[in-house]
Amino acid sequence: MAKYRGNSEAVRSLIRETEVHRDVYIDQEVFELEMEHLFANSWIYVGHDSQVPNKGDYFGTDVGRQPVLMVRHTDDTVHVLYNRCPHKGTRITSETYGNAGKFFRCPYHAWSFKTDGSLLAIPLRKGYENTGLEASHAAKGMAPIKHVRNYRGFVFAKLNDAGPGFEEFFGDSLSSFDNMIDRSPAGRLEVAGGVLRYMHDCNWKMLVENQTDTCHPMVAHESSAGTAIEVWKKAPPGAKKPMAVEIYAPFMAPYEFFEGMGIRVWPNGHGHTGVHHSIHSDYSAVPGYFEQMVTAYGEQRAKAILDENRHNTVYFPNIMIKGPIQLVRVFKPLAANKTLVESWTFRLVGAPDMLLERTLMYNRLINAPTSVVGHDDLEMYERAQEGLRVDANQWVNVQRLYDPSEVADTTAVTNGTTEWQMRNQFRAWSKFMTMTM
Amino acid sequence: MTAPTNQDLIDFVVHETRLIDQHRFEEWLDLFAEDGRYWMPLEWGQTDPRLTTSLMYEDKLLLKIRVERLKGNRTFSQKPKSRCHHVLQTPQVDKRDEAGNEYVTWTPMHYIETRLDRQDLYAAWATHTLCMIDGKLRIKLKRVDIVNSDAAFGNIQLFM
Repeated sequence: MAKYRGNSEAVRSLIRETEVHRDVYIDQEVFELEMEHLFANSWIYVGHDSQVPNKGDYFGTDVGRQPVLMVRHTDDTVHVLYNRCPHKGTRITSETYGNAGKFFRCPYHAWSFKTDGSLLAIPLRKGYENTGLEASHAAKGMAPIKHVRNYRGFVFAKLNDAGPGFEEFFGDSLSSFDNMIDRSPAGRLEVAGGVLRYMHDCNWKMLVENQTDTCHPMVAHESSAGTAIEVWKKAPPGAKKPMAVEIYAPFMAPYEFFEGMGIRVWPNGHGHTGVHHSIHSDYSAVPGYFEQMVTAYGEQRAKAILDENRHNTVYFPNIMIKGPIQLVRVFKPLAANKTLVESWTFRLVGAPDMLLERTLMYNRLINAPTSVVGHDDLEMYERAQEGLRVDANQWVNVQRLYDPSEVADTTAVTNGTTEWQMRNQFRAWSKFMTMTM
Repeated sequence: MTAPTNQDLIDFVVHETRLIDQHRFEEWLDLFAEDGRYWMPLEWGQTDPRLTTSLMYEDKLLLKIRVERLKGNRTFSQKPKSRCHHVLQTPQVDKRDEAGNEYVTWTPMHYIETRLDRQDLYAAWATHTLCMIDGKLRIKLKRVDIVNSDAAFGNIQLFM
């Protein structure tokens, strides 16, 4: 019998001020409701428009569990269509990338559709004369998602009419996207390097929470980052610290470092670590880059852009971006206990290649299925997924630095080890889960 | 300097994977030249390890970090430890350049990694670029192309 479906009170009761019930992580019915409500009422990242540079280019992905195509239409705008033939349901494309030319053609019965999804032609059309096809679902073509927004290249979609508009949903949090994009002397990013895909046997929210969990690196990553520091200590004196060690070492920074970096929360579940400094603050300068930035923006503005070293910005519900690294991680929910993590990297258009090289090294060392840092984290998520089966305690604690005067949907800057951002996410979770129940 | 025979090259590759399967990782590391690399591309037919992402592209320092980490008391993803198993086809000698001190072998293989109740099977091709240093064969580059390198994988914690 359904425990949560149609029972918004039961869903709300899963979230308390300082703890959340385990069913948000392990219950498949809650997961189904997340897909129907949370992932339909909020703005979900689809892709970057540099993935579809030419007219007719498409990129296949999922919004929640809905298969979609992001496509460059003949008028150069980017559309998002459900990837399903309106006739028999056949998936129109299976390749991740391709070019449709002027129209999509279903491989099953050759129905064709313009790149905005509208029905173009049906073979032997006279068979539908006087059948009332015009009024059918099929006549609508490949249904477009109505609510699509391309923000400086980053494309988001909202499946439902309900839920806030794009600006209201993201508000000031877009400053993290702005900073990442402004780091390009041309003010533009391009997807580059290839995507790392890493399968996790855990709930998607564990990954999202981990992005602003600043009390785990020095513990969980002692095995990887700590070992990197120990191995490097044995290097010959005077040896230049390699890029890889610069990337690993800050994970072992002490608690005080993370407390001092600060956390900022925004309304609707967004937030970021690294208000004042971050693990990305002390990378070596890349020759020629600062000069390019000064030429593009002037010295004052260039400095302001590069002095911002935000660590992880969570865009609720399921992505994280790293501005200083030009990285977007997408936590794709597959089941209550299964999540596909995609880690996408970007080239700063007009900047030296060495920046992309560092970005790709970071991604490889931290986010790959072969990454030792990734192994550390996944082990913790999977142990949590297992441990939550314990009936004796059915609650997960998110209490660190809780203040009873804390309110939902506000903007605040606070201690870098707070779990406020996790509470922020769960307050937003409750709101977007129940607004259409 | 005596050039290695084809059988020497084949024996080297077989021995190299045996060291991995038997968790003799320090001996395994010693098989790499000081500037040797281990490369596991992400893309089919990938040519560039620098501006295209790889699953692994590691010098001896990074490999050493992995080997040390596997032994660590607080390496929780190795409690319990992973085990692995290679099945190799006979390595084929693709290149012998005695003057340039470079030898290349190509070895199709199946690789299994297990931990707890989970067992993952990978099919791959290993390409070894070898050279002679002080009378011994050493690895300049071990390239492992997984057949489905762009698929979504769970943890790969040991070495193919």
